[in-house]
Amino acid sequence: MTMRTSSKLAVAGIIGLILGGCSIQPWVKPYERDRLADPIMSWDRDAISGAYVDHIYESREGSRGATGTAGGGCGCN
Amino acid sequence: MTTFPRHLSRLAALAALSLMCVAGAAVLPDDRADVFYSSYRGGGMDITGESVLVRKKFSEQFAVQANYFIDKVSGASVDVLSNASVIKDERKQKSLSVDYIHDKTQYNLSYTNSTERDYVSNTTHFSLSQDMFGDLTTVTLGFTDSRDKIGENNGKSYAPIIAWLGHAQSRSYEAGLSQVVTKNLIAGATLEVITDQGLLSNPYRSIRFLDAVPLGYSLGTQVYPNTHTSTAVEARAKYYLPYRAAASVSYRYFSDTWGIRANTIELGYTQPVSNKFIFEGRVRHYSQNHATFYSDLFPFANSQNFEARDQNLAASTNNTIDAKMTWAFAPEGFLIFKRATTTFDVSRIQFKYSDFRNIKAYSIANGFAAGTEPLYSFNAMVYQVYVSLFF
Repeated sequence: MTMRTSSKLAVAGIIGLILGGCSIQPWVKPYERDRLADPIMSWDRDAISGAYVDHIYESREGSRGATGTAGGGCGCN
Repeated sequence: MTTFPRHLSRLAALAALSLMCVAGAAVLPDDRADVFYSSYRGGGMDITGESVLVRKKFSEQFAVQANYFIDKVSGASVDVLSNASVIKDERKQKSLSVDYIHDKTQYNLSYTNSTERDYVSNTTHFSLSQDMFGDLTTVTLGFTDSRDKIGENNGKSYAPIIAWLGHAQSRSYEAGLSQVVTKNLIAGATLEVITDQGLLSNPYRSIRFLDAVPLGYSLGTQVYPNTHTSTAVEARAKYYLPYRAAASVSYRYFSDTWGIRANTIELGYTQPVSNKFIFEGRVRHYSQNHATFYSDLFPFANSQNFEARDQNLAASTNNTIDAKMTWAFAPEGFLIFKRATTTFDVSRIQFKYSDFRNIKAYSIANGFAAGTEPLYSFNAMVYQVYVSLFF
C-alpha cells in the first residue's frame, strides 16, 4: 500500500468517524448536566484574572501557549 | 514549519465538515461588568494593574466585550543591568472582542493593542468552537497574529529618549478539545504552536563574559536567533465532588527550537458555602531547563554565534500557592443587576534559578569572584481584588 493510498484511507476513516458521530447518542443526557453547568465547574470564570495570571507567568518563564489567552506586551523590565 | 499550514488547512476542512452534523444551539454567557485591581511585588519590581471589562449581548447570537488594562511598573528585574534601564513605565492594553453564534458554532474575533513607551504590540485573534456529538464534545480552532515594535529607552524614566530597534511577528495556531466524560467529569486538551521571527531579544538584558578587569567580567549585547518556534500541549480535567465542590488537575508540556523543555502541573479545589461564598485554592509547580545559547557567564567575548543571559531562558523552577474567595454581596441582585460579587485573590510565587547568579547584590567587592555569586531566587506576592456585576 502506497503512502498516498494509506493517507486517503486515513482521511476517509476520519470523515466516517465524524459523520458517524452525528448519530452518536449522548451518554450524559441533557437533564443529567446540572452539575457540569454549575459555575464552579467553569475552567475560567473570570476572564480578566485569568489573563492577568497568564501574563505574570509568560513574562517570567521561557514557556508559553496552550492556556487559551491572547494578549500583548513585553513585560521586559 | 513549512508543513504546518497544510495541516491547519486539513484541520479547518475537518472542522467545516463537522458543521454538517449539528442540531440545536450554543449559548453566550451572561452580560457582566468587572472592575479589577492587582498588585505584584517581587524580584525588585512593583507592578499595579487596573482594569475594566464590559461584556454585553445584543441578541442571543451576538455579543461584544471591551477591556481596558493599565499596568504601572516601577523597579527593574535583577538581570536589567543597563544604566539606562527604565525604572518607571506604564503599559496600556485595550481589547475589543466580538462573539457570534450560529447554531452550534461560536465564532470569536478579537483585537488587542498594548502600548508602552518602548514597546507596541498589536494582536488579532480568530477562533471557532463547535459543539458536537450531542453537545458532549467541543472542538476549538484558533489563530493569532501578533506584530510588535521594539524600542529601548536611552533616557530617564521622566525624560525618555526612545530608540526604535526593530520589529517582531508572531503567529499562533491552536486546537482544543473539551469533552464531557461523565455527569461529574469534564476533560480537555489544547495544542498550540507559535512561530516568531524578527527581533526576539530583550534590549535591556546583557550577557557577561570573563574579562581581565577589576570586576572579573564585562557586559555585552545579547544575540538571539531571529526565529523561534514553540509547541505546548496541555491536558486538564475537572471533577464535581458529591458534596458540591470541584477538584481540578492540569498538566502542560512545552518544547521549543531554542532547546527549552518545560513542565507545568496545577491542582485546584473549589468549595462553595451557601449561595454567598466560593472558596478556591490552587497550587502550581513549574520547571524548565535552559536554552541552548544561554549562559550565566561566557568564557570570552563573542564565544558563540548566539548568546543570552535573560533570566527567562535560565534553568528554573517556580511554585505558586493561591487562595481566592468570591463573595456574592448581592446574590439575588439589585437594581438592574441579577447578581453581584467581589473577589479577593492572593498568591505567593517562589522563583528559584539553577544557573542564574545574583550579580546585582554580590561581586568581588564582597568576596564573590565572577561565576561564584549565589544563585538567584526571589518570592513574589500577587494580590487581586475585583467586583463583578452580572446583568
